[in-house]
Amino acid sequence: MQIYLPIAEVSVNAFLLLGLGGMVGVLSGMFGVGGGFLMTPLLFFIGIPPAVAVATEANQIVASSFSGALAHLRRRTVDLRMGTVLLIGGLLGAALGVQIFNALKAIGQVDLLVRLSYVVFLGIVGGLMFLESLRALRRSRAPGAKTTRRKHGLAHSLPFKMRFRTSGLYISVIPPIIVGVLVGILAAIMGVGGGFIMVPAMIYILGMPTKVVVGTSLFQIIFVTGFTTLLHATTNFTVDIILAVLLLIGGVIGAQVGTRLGARLNAEQLRILLSIMVLAVCGKLALDLLLQPSELFSIGASGGH
Amino acid sequence: MLRALILSVLFVLPAKAEEVVVGLSQNRVAITTNFDGSEILIFGAVKRETAISEDEPLEVVIAVAGPSEPLTVRRKEKRYGIWINTDAVEVDQAPSFYAVATSGPWTTVLKDIEDLRHHVSISRAIRSVGAEIEGSEAFTQALIRIREAKGLYQTNIGAVDLSEQTLFNTSIQLPANLTEGDYKARFFLTRGGNVVDTFETEIAVQKVGLERFLFRLSRDKPLIYGLMSLAIAIAAGWGASAAFRLLRN
Repeated sequence: MQIYLPIAEVSVNAFLLLGLGGMVGVLSGMFGVGGGFLMTPLLFFIGIPPAVAVATEANQIVASSFSGALAHLRRRTVDLRMGTVLLIGGLLGAALGVQIFNALKAIGQVDLLVRLSYVVFLGIVGGLMFLESLRALRRSRAPGAKTTRRKHGLAHSLPFKMRFRTSGLYISVIPPIIVGVLVGILAAIMGVGGGFIMVPAMIYILGMPTKVVVGTSLFQIIFVTGFTTLLHATTNFTVDIILAVLLLIGGVIGAQVGTRLGARLNAEQLRILLSIMVLAVCGKLALDLLLQPSELFSIGASGGH
Repeated sequence: MLRALILSVLFVLPAKAEEVVVGLSQNRVAITTNFDGSEILIFGAVKRETAISEDEPLEVVIAVAGPSEPLTVRRKEKRYGIWINTDAVEVDQAPSFYAVATSGPWTTVLKDIEDLRHHVSISRAIRSVGAEIEGSEAFTQALIRIREAKGLYQTNIGAVDLSEQTLFNTSIQLPANLTEGDYKARFFLTRGGNVVDTFETEIAVQKVGLERFLFRLSRDKPLIYGLMSLAIAIAAGWGASAAFRLLRN
């Protein structure tokens, strides 16, 4: 069934969108990732204009992160105070990101920026995940001593210290705000929640306990992506609500299936599969940049905003 | 899909020996949610007071053009190992859709001077002046090539069936990725490549229903549209969470 998207102004198969939403939903349920970093490039591949894909995906992430954050709030695994600090940075970053996005759109480099960001971040995250899970697989075969380190780093020595009770931390607010800004910029440019950057940053840079990391990250992602959606909707008019709804329906159902599947399967092997898939998407995007395209010319709207 | 047959009433201009009378299968195209392209049938007749002229055969050229807009055509070049957009050419006016159908080979149906005057062929319908980059011809050629591949620009030589130099018909295929606006359909009767008579009519292409509502809302009240998108997302997220709990219990 073909469906005409009013904002993207392209006609696509509705079942393809439901299927994509479902597939990414299954993955996000299985691995606890937002899925934006996979969905946005997939939308590029099926011919949705990049500007619409990025803005609409931000809207979809609001839904999936809200659903996830509710579950974590019930389990009290959200550090609201840390979330708010990260959020302040995140909103600043999102506003900055949309400005960068618009400036580049005017000079015709937005596609390049979005694709380049994807290649770099998917490459890093996919590569790290792949190595990490290989190591974990090896460790599970030959069990050894687990090392735990507690770093007393930069976060402790900077001024403006604040107590974060849920996380059991007493650190400066500057590092969390910087992390928030960076992830906010990414969210606006790449149409992702940024959880895949935020989670490692919270653990390794801020030293937060693992059990509150996912909930806190989801909590602030709701607001950052919500803000990004509004900014894209009011400045670029690129949020396609029909596209978002179709992806949402697929995503919500897929996530349910995913959590059930994930509980039954071997986590480490799944993680390797996910990392291979992330690397494959990254590879495809990289090849598009590196190989000579079959069509050197492209058509864009005149001038820009 | 023949809807109402609308025959256009012509003013009788005394000076002309031959006039074109035209009908369209539809003069409105509605872009609905399940729109996946449309076909417009065009038919017409030549009205004449005298006997059919013997010297040169009558030919018909039909051009349908979507609303024009300024565009930027960009060219990629390899820089720092990757392909990025470098040069750009501004095209002043390019129709979003353009289909031209003829009853015979291009060279016999229309003289170049007439094409220049009426902007009939695709390359003449695109207006690009003051392009500073040398070789800007390549850019307009690329524009035509890309849009031809998407079915947005069509040149259908010999697609107009003309019988007895009087009755003619053709069909124009409208692709699914159509933009809104008033589409101009122009008709040219030619003899020996010279235009004998012209006629012009409009086809209104419009988003309707939900498509129209959402599109207008996103442009006229972007804040409300954005908040509505968010509300839907939040409701769906909450619904998913509630359904999860129900299923688990």
